[in-house]
Amino acid sequence: MKGKTILLAGALTAALGFSALPAAAEGLSGAGGTAIYPVLSKWAAQYDTANHIAVNYQAIGSGGGIAQIKAKTVDFANSDKPLTPDELAQANLVQFPQVIISITPVVNLDGVKPGELNLDGPTLANIYLGKITDWDAAEIKKLNPSAKLPHTKISPVYRSDGSGTTFNFTNYLSKVSPEWKQKVGDDTSVSWPVGVGGKGNAGVAQYVNQIKGAIGYVEYAYVIENKMTYTKMVNHAGKTIEPEMAAFQAAASNADFTKVKNFYLILTDQPGDKSWPITAATYMLMRKDYPAAKNMPVLKFLDWCLKNGQKQAEALAYVPLPDSVVKQIEQSWATELKGEDGKPIWTASK
Amino acid sequence: MADIALDRPAEAPRARAFDQIFQGATWFSAIFILAVLAAVIGSLVIGALPAFMKFGWGFITSDAWNPVKEEFGAWPAIYGTLVTSAIAMLIGIPFALGIAIFITELCPPWLKRPIGTLVELLAAIPSIIYGIWGLFVFAPFLQTTVQPFLIDTLGDIPIIGALFAGPPLGIGMLTAGLILSIMVLPFITSVTRDVFETVPTVLKESAYGIGATTWEVVWNIVLPTTRVGVIGGIMLGLGRALGETMAVTFVIGNAHRINVSLLAPGTTISASLANEFSEAVGDVYKASLIGLGSVLFVITFLVLAAAKYMLIRLQRQAGT
Repeated sequence: MKGKTILLAGALTAALGFSALPAAAEGLSGAGGTAIYPVLSKWAAQYDTANHIAVNYQAIGSGGGIAQIKAKTVDFANSDKPLTPDELAQANLVQFPQVIISITPVVNLDGVKPGELNLDGPTLANIYLGKITDWDAAEIKKLNPSAKLPHTKISPVYRSDGSGTTFNFTNYLSKVSPEWKQKVGDDTSVSWPVGVGGKGNAGVAQYVNQIKGAIGYVEYAYVIENKMTYTKMVNHAGKTIEPEMAAFQAAASNADFTKVKNFYLILTDQPGDKSWPITAATYMLMRKDYPAAKNMPVLKFLDWCLKNGQKQAEALAYVPLPDSVVKQIEQSWATELKGEDGKPIWTASK
Repeated sequence: MADIALDRPAEAPRARAFDQIFQGATWFSAIFILAVLAAVIGSLVIGALPAFMKFGWGFITSDAWNPVKEEFGAWPAIYGTLVTSAIAMLIGIPFALGIAIFITELCPPWLKRPIGTLVELLAAIPSIIYGIWGLFVFAPFLQTTVQPFLIDTLGDIPIIGALFAGPPLGIGMLTAGLILSIMVLPFITSVTRDVFETVPTVLKESAYGIGATTWEVVWNIVLPTTRVGVIGGIMLGLGRALGETMAVTFVIGNAHRINVSLLAPGTTISASLANEFSEAVGDVYKASLIGLGSVLFVITFLVLAAAKYMLIRLQRQAGT
């Protein structure tokens, strides 16, 4: 008799507790990298004004986005690190690029103004390996014969969270430095030999701004928004390039998505005299097994961004995808995203 | 033999039923809490199992943290947790005891309440505010004033100098420890102040009467009488320091490396979990993070057990 009373009391308490659950939320939910966040938030705001559909995007890092879409907690995800065709098949996801981002080294040095410092891939790798420890080291002086470099210790700043920006940055370092490739490798999260970790692109920007002698890597939109001291880089062709829209577009023009499966393309260290060395496509991930009612609003939003979002993207120095790629993306939607009845949910006329 | 239970007056059956439901509800709450605790321990153990199976006990002593090669070790995080908590306690305990002694012994009566309230307000500040304040205000301040001073004066002394080596970054283990000391201060202070006020006035006045100084009264009368409460307050503060997440994550620098220097960046268990859990890809990575959580659980448990043991020994020594 006592046991029954206990259970009854428990059920009553539980019922009281659960009656406070909120109703299902309206609008779209997404999660993913901080690199696309500056432009995605502008797109979402405009889309909301135009169509009264709110888009809630949590910039928790590409690794977080991948984990959340695999766990089915969000409607779409973003990642600067593309998944391989095998990983996509295993997780039942589709991916397609949305915009091209560019990653820039930023520094905090007294007397060095934006664009005054030149760096190249091997030097950057050695800084992050801990082999170059002072700013007036011979390797940096060689690239900057006329700059007045102070005798300050270098404090490398990296991403402490799982980041697609880290993936592309370490991928570039692996391409230009065999020692980096062997000791550290590339991934969204690596074992950094030296330095401090900040959370998100914003965290890295914050630390670089605060620590004298710091160097970090951020997506270029953060350089614009926080007025940071960026450096020039020596690209694959040996030319010293300023990070700007023309350089990013030159690198992006090499992107040929027709020859790869599932749009899997790494764009670091592109050839070309004017190309910026560290660019990447940032990808949107969607689940194949969501019902059409869930996937269709996401496709409408992303299609709107692909077709109407170029101006905001260019204002923040993201490179919008050319029309040919947009058509290719829409074709992939038609073939890969099917509703419960097996028919494609996206028709070209939309 | 007849049942000699109290012959209750004829109650309305409804009152009796309500009483039974009330008893059932309280029983249910108690069992529910224990069940939740068991579930947490169970999920920690199950979740961490893949990591312990792959690395064995070496997981606790290894200092690797390589998501690419999937090698993880808990030692840097454990080291950071212990060091930041130690700094917090070393600085926080003297200050907290000092404030409590001041409030109870030396303070003019009109000042007691304001100071007490202000100290308790420190506990009301959310920890993320401490983190943001630490990152934007405290760390730059330390970077420009205190840390260069420490490096210049103590950096060259043979053994202690190693604790203060390296460039002044502003963030790091020392900063995290200092912010933690501010955060644990109100807990230790309010508990010790309450306990100090339970000391019988006649004891203290007798001591003053035979000519003891304030310090002698505190050291020989007040503290021994209240040692159980004081240690309880310290353990409360230590528990907060060990588990504090947001304030530490902002200022510790998130480096999975062990460095003797206090000015270097490091990591704590809670900071690693806060940074990496939402995006840990792969079973071993996730299991290693849950393993970190279970290690923290064990550390906290051991600290509490040590505190209880210390108390028992003290009581036995004092013969009470």
